[in-house]
Amino acid sequence: MNRKLAVVAFAGALALAGCSSDLPDSGSAGTSTTSKQNAAKSEFFDQAEYERQLKFRSAKAVDLDGDNSQFKPWQQALDPKMVDTAKYAKPGGGYHLCFSNASVDNPWRQVGWKTMQEEVKLHPEITKFSTLDAEAKDDKQISDIQSFASQGCSALIVSPNTTATLTPAVEAACKTGVPVIVFDRGVKTNCPVTFIHPIGGFAFGADGAEFLKEKVPSGGKVLALRILPGVDVLEQRWAAANEIFAGSGLKVVGVEFTDGDAAKTKSIVNDYIQREGKIDGVWMDAGATAVAAVEAFQDAGTALPAIVGEDQQDFLRMWAKEKLTAVAPTYPTYQWRTPVIAALRILQGKQVPQEWVLPQPKVTQETLQNYIKDEMPPLHYAMCGCDQMPGYPQPWK
Amino acid sequence: MTRWRPRLADGTAPVLVVLVVLLVALAFAGPAYSEPAGYLALLKRAAPLVILAIGQYFVVVSGGFDLSVGSLVTAEVVIAARLISGDDGNTAWVIALLLGFGVLVGLVNGLITTKLLVPSFIVTLGMLLVLDGAVFLWTGGAPRGALSPSFRVFGRGSVDLPLLGAVPWSVLILLAVLVAAVLFMRSGTGRTLLAVGDNENAVRLAGGRVERLRLLAFVLSGVLAALAAILLAGFAGVSAQVGQGLEFRAITAVVLGGVLLGGGRGSVVAAAAGALSLEALFSLLNLVGVSGALESAVQGVIIIAAVAYAAHGAGLRQRFRPRKAAPSLP
Amino acid sequence: MSVVQEKVPVARRAQPAGGRRFAFTPTVTVYLALAALLVVGSVLVAVDGGVLLDQGGILNILTRSTVLGLVAVGQTMVIVTGSLDLSVAYLIGLCSLVAAETMAGQGSMVFPGVALALAVAAAVGLVNGLVITVLKANAFIATLGVALILRGWLEHNYTGPAGSVPRSFQHLGYDRIGPVPVAALLMLLIAAGAWWYMRRTRPGYHMYAVGGDIEVARLSGVRTSRTIVTAHVLCALMAGLAGVFLASRLGSGAPYVGTDAGYDLESIAAVVLGGAALAGGRGGVVGTLGGVLILATLDTIFDDLAVDPFFKDVVRGVVLIVAVALYARRKLTSGRAS
Repeated sequence: MNRKLAVVAFAGALALAGCSSDLPDSGSAGTSTTSKQNAAKSEFFDQAEYERQLKFRSAKAVDLDGDNSQFKPWQQALDPKMVDTAKYAKPGGGYHLCFSNASVDNPWRQVGWKTMQEEVKLHPEITKFSTLDAEAKDDKQISDIQSFASQGCSALIVSPNTTATLTPAVEAACKTGVPVIVFDRGVKTNCPVTFIHPIGGFAFGADGAEFLKEKVPSGGKVLALRILPGVDVLEQRWAAANEIFAGSGLKVVGVEFTDGDAAKTKSIVNDYIQREGKIDGVWMDAGATAVAAVEAFQDAGTALPAIVGEDQQDFLRMWAKEKLTAVAPTYPTYQWRTPVIAALRILQGKQVPQEWVLPQPKVTQETLQNYIKDEMPPLHYAMCGCDQMPGYPQPWK
Repeated sequence: MTRWRPRLADGTAPVLVVLVVLLVALAFAGPAYSEPAGYLALLKRAAPLVILAIGQYFVVVSGGFDLSVGSLVTAEVVIAARLISGDDGNTAWVIALLLGFGVLVGLVNGLITTKLLVPSFIVTLGMLLVLDGAVFLWTGGAPRGALSPSFRVFGRGSVDLPLLGAVPWSVLILLAVLVAAVLFMRSGTGRTLLAVGDNENAVRLAGGRVERLRLLAFVLSGVLAALAAILLAGFAGVSAQVGQGLEFRAITAVVLGGVLLGGGRGSVVAAAAGALSLEALFSLLNLVGVSGALESAVQGVIIIAAVAYAAHGAGLRQRFRPRKAAPSLP
Repeated sequence: MSVVQEKVPVARRAQPAGGRRFAFTPTVTVYLALAALLVVGSVLVAVDGGVLLDQGGILNILTRSTVLGLVAVGQTMVIVTGSLDLSVAYLIGLCSLVAAETMAGQGSMVFPGVALALAVAAAVGLVNGLVITVLKANAFIATLGVALILRGWLEHNYTGPAGSVPRSFQHLGYDRIGPVPVAALLMLLIAAGAWWYMRRTRPGYHMYAVGGDIEVARLSGVRTSRTIVTAHVLCALMAGLAGVFLASRLGSGAPYVGTDAGYDLESIAAVVLGGAALAGGRGGVVGTLGGVLILATLDTIFDDLAVDPFFKDVVRGVVLIVAVALYARRKLTSGRAS
């Protein structure tokens, strides 16, 4: 039965159409042949990129509409090199935006995704917004991007699940002539009209490490907690922190992976408190488990360390309540607003930056109170740029 | 069921030896383990896994699997956070509701397994998917609300006892569960449960209510998973992935305790000791500085070794006894 | 040796290939369900203003079926034998890396890359089989243990995608004939081979015998250990092929490409959905492919309707339980009848 099926399918297919391929033509920039071979841990440190990112931190943000009246970092760009988009111009509205999302499987992406949906609602000229969720599967995302090719999208927004593996699919999408906008993680090709991202992992990692260098006395013990290896953004954060710690008087007593699991984090921190007696600083590559780390110190009855968290509400509240010595670098969720803004600019023929680098603010002791929102859930990311949106706060709750 | 008496302590010795070796090694590896407080901290940390392993033991020993406990733990924690939303006044009824929900999930697992004759592997795999999806469908993707301080006491706080000093609540709860489990397994019902896993038809012929016992095992697993969730949430707070991988860890622990998958052999104390050994092993690996990446490889080698040992050592005398159920009634 | 030694109170029948009367066997049921799903799905999508089975939709369903189909066909063999393989997900990642790193972008290295990846897969399958038969470890634990070891290896040695495949090899992942991907045809061809092996050869028949009742099989002179090891090696080879295909599609090897998609439990779900008994002895490639197509079609329908991903999980779970409950019911009644 099976054989028959295959034969029928084969014959039918041959009759239907000739062979074709969805593989993009070769010769387009940066096909994966130059991809990193068996990346060793240190390979994530890139001196030039590191310096570029540190410089971005003090660069002046430019609002593309010249509207500097308010704090609207999601429509600002750092040091933009504008490109012309006239060939994509499609005046008159009635836009069909398509969005291939990597996943919604963590609170950061949840907050971002809700913010993006609200942003779409702000623009009546978007008449249809289609989205496919790849559920963190590279293979599914490739299929998703392919299937958008036949859906008449005015513009395609892609948030890639991984960098190297999504490159061919994004190249193929560019070939269809639809403007492609990539944000969050990048791809190894220049074909998208714009690539939107905050400054990056090196700046994030450096923000935290520099804070510890300043607050922890020389010779102090620092514990570095990382979520998992291999994610380029997270690897960059650690590479930068490692670079800064190397040149400081601080002693890094351990670098551990927590899997983002609060219980495991607490256990690890507890082990280190027992092993080292005292920990003076905790560096984290992401703040999801920062509260658990602080609790481990509380439960052990030892002095709370200087700590690097992130802009999640539970951490910010604890920071205020326990009067922590802390800083919260952010990987702002407001970047989910920008792709929609960029798509509309492109469709209106307005210039956009080829690489749209968004400001990447950090929450400090001085600005802490601005970001504590008591009505929001504990895992809500404060830097969502959403608290002035018309629908706030219901969708994020 | 008078003639047939399984040995309850079957195969407990090896895992106890392993546990003692690990605990002694811990004392050498970390200065904190030279005093009781260090071990108390270890027990507190291990309590949720040990409780899960005890729950899993009931299901495994009666011949099934419960793959849903990990997602059940996550679901319970998310439910707790949303319903309590930081208010101490809600603690009591939410705890009751959480335990009730554990019972409910166990009931559903058990009823589908026993009444609809779906293998428990599939039932609990399906339940895993359903729980994972449903709870986040309910909360819109990420946990909401917050836990109250009084809720977290059970996982985080201690109680001052005369002579002993501050003993974590979770350790006391763990001891209570363990004692109850041992007493249960010594009772007639417990012995019959073990017999169900060994030879269901014999139990049936002897008038034992096989389906009801299986159902009981799943309910116990569900309610203990709820308890573990309460302790885990207390220990570490709200998180969306608190239960991730716990089902395999609990099964690993049970197997490490020498309990036979497929049922019929193994003691509940050994299962608990298996869980504690696993936790002690992870602490030890961490203390001596083995990279986190190799942790899972070590875990893999250990469970294969444990099962191989059980099959070749204690299993020899079982070799000539057919393990399969005799062909059943026409 | 069966993993799930739940003794259903009905005599398990090692159903041979012959003696079939037309009835609602699980295989027929699963294809009827697939047809019903396609109809219902088409209506729902049409109401939503789309078309389910246009070229894009068919391409989507078939592409999604390719990898899962390969893995699930391999999984069918071990499950029919009364075993189980939880290591396939990590093995897929490992094989994609081995293939891509060996090729390193050179067209001349395509064959060595594929061969090496398959050799690694076969070796892992051999280890699985030997741990089960020689060390007498339960298949669940044996393959879980091997999965953990592979995971440790991947985590220790890789930090992300590595290696690259030459463009010539990427055609495997992207070429199609009309709406039918070439790779899906290759998958069907391999599945046909597996069907022939299981239904028309003596070793294949032995798989059913061993899964049906290992003691009886042994007493009838079947070399049970050899059968189990063979099943595991074949299953691992299928996972290896899936890894190779994914490398061609992704352009490089990715350590977690198999686990992110949950191919271990997903493939077991597809096999069981296709009517195989988890205890062994019953099931087949044709039914499994039906199960795979159902899962892929469900996915595509959900995508077209933009259903919340969490809701998908709920539906998948319910479908799995209901399907197996229906099969169990049927087995119960037919068991009583015979």
